[in-house]
Amino acid sequence: MRPIHYLRCLSGIVTREGLRFLNQRGRFFSALVRPLVWLAIFATGFQFVLGVSIIPPYETYIPYSVYIVPGLLAMIAMFNGMLSSLSMVYDREMGSMRILMVSPLPRWFLLTAKLLAGVIVSVAQAYGFLAIALFWDIRPAWYGYFTVLPALILSGLMLGALGLLLSSAIRQLENFASVMNFVIFPMFFASSALYPLWRVKESSLLLYYVCQINPFTHAVELIRFSLYGQFEPVSAAVLGAVTAVFLTLAVYGYDPAKGLMARRVAE
Amino acid sequence: MLWVRRLGVWCPAREHAVTNDHAPAFSVEGLGHRFGRRRVLNNVTFDLAPGDFTVLLGLNGAGKTTLFSLATRLYAQGEGTIRVFGMDIRKHPSDCLRQTGVVFQQPTLDLDLSVEQNLFYHAALHGISHSQAAGRIASEIPRVGLADRRRDKVRQLSGGQRRRIEIARALLHQPRLLLLDEPTVGLDIASRQFLLDHVRRLCREEGLAALWATHLIDEVGEDARTVILHKGEVLAVGAAGQVLGENRVESMRASFEALIRESEAA
Repeated sequence: MRPIHYLRCLSGIVTREGLRFLNQRGRFFSALVRPLVWLAIFATGFQFVLGVSIIPPYETYIPYSVYIVPGLLAMIAMFNGMLSSLSMVYDREMGSMRILMVSPLPRWFLLTAKLLAGVIVSVAQAYGFLAIALFWDIRPAWYGYFTVLPALILSGLMLGALGLLLSSAIRQLENFASVMNFVIFPMFFASSALYPLWRVKESSLLLYYVCQINPFTHAVELIRFSLYGQFEPVSAAVLGAVTAVFLTLAVYGYDPAKGLMARRVAE
Repeated sequence: MLWVRRLGVWCPAREHAVTNDHAPAFSVEGLGHRFGRRRVLNNVTFDLAPGDFTVLLGLNGAGKTTLFSLATRLYAQGEGTIRVFGMDIRKHPSDCLRQTGVVFQQPTLDLDLSVEQNLFYHAALHGISHSQAAGRIASEIPRVGLADRRRDKVRQLSGGQRRRIEIARALLHQPRLLLLDEPTVGLDIASRQFLLDHVRRLCREEGLAALWATHLIDEVGEDARTVILHKGEVLAVGAAGQVLGENRVESMRASFEALIRESEAA
């Protein structure tokens, strides 16, 4: 197998992921509507409750709706990562995961390609959301639309890798409800997506530390700073490291000789 | 050890797999597998020559699907060896998978995509270029009689038509070995006959080796080479008529049942 074969395989996996996203209308609309509900309803209702002081990267007082946009961008990446994890479980039950796995290309490459395909779909959605958010007067500087791209990709990779890892461990479709309860909600609420961490610190020091070690917080902060053309090295490093760990574990989970695949059947 | 220069760096050459045309298309030797304490395959040995159409006959739970999962590297293989054209699947998984087309027991097509999109996806997974894939798709789809459905969503196809597309897909990368795991489950008689005739013709005319797993004894022609698998062990190998004693289907079924009773008594 030469590099051109790898490239063709990658483009095939990306094309399929894109076609599936466009063909599944329900998924398409809910992906766009979900963050809009938060922006249009939650943020509007909440801005009178929560005052936001001037914290970096912001230079002036900002409305609450501006504050939660990075969190919502990260939420898009999270739902995408988890939905692709759901589709992996569903795929495996439907058997099309088998078709992916009998490709002659190495398994680590197939899983990474699947991850990249999910990230591309997720980044496209994030820009779709930013375009609609213009109607709510969410207008970062023009260069912010470019500088946010690497942050969206890195966050997408981290959350997609987490989804892959979960899919290698989940046995049944029904367990996705537990993923919702035990992964999505805690990660989202114990982060800086909806409230600045200094406010969390005021009410609970323990929760503050939990938020600090939550990789989702780092995804949100990396996106927040990069949307204003600034770089947050700590968050970038955390995301890079966590992605590498999650992806390695997922590849291990899909290895027929070692991981969970063999054990799952054995049980 | 042989050393080669790759991207400017000297590194040990990978042992390159060469298909051996005189070797059996598919052979398993002393194959065993267990799930925890439960043993599902025990010392399974048989082979297929190129052009062979072989039926793997066994009741549900005989170990057919486990054998297929081992042969396609979905499970890691422990005991025994599996070879595809003489290549050990553990040492050369990629070369073996390139020679193998698979039709799984459960449906594996993407229902939301069109027939053509499904096939292009499979071709890409095997590193086939878009233009080459287009050519092969154009020649494979008419062979399964669905030329006019190539742009339809798979969801709109009947069970039998989906199976035919899965066979066309399994042949896109031009494998020389085709593994089919209970491909006719849930299909009507006409669809079953079409699939059987199609695969047997491929074996006869193009030298494809096919292993056709089934639990339906009336699918086995009396002249078909048959491997009878029961509770993970091979009970008999040979022409169905010979192995099962009689020529008429009714009595072939009776002898199949007798053979199984005999092995359970032993």
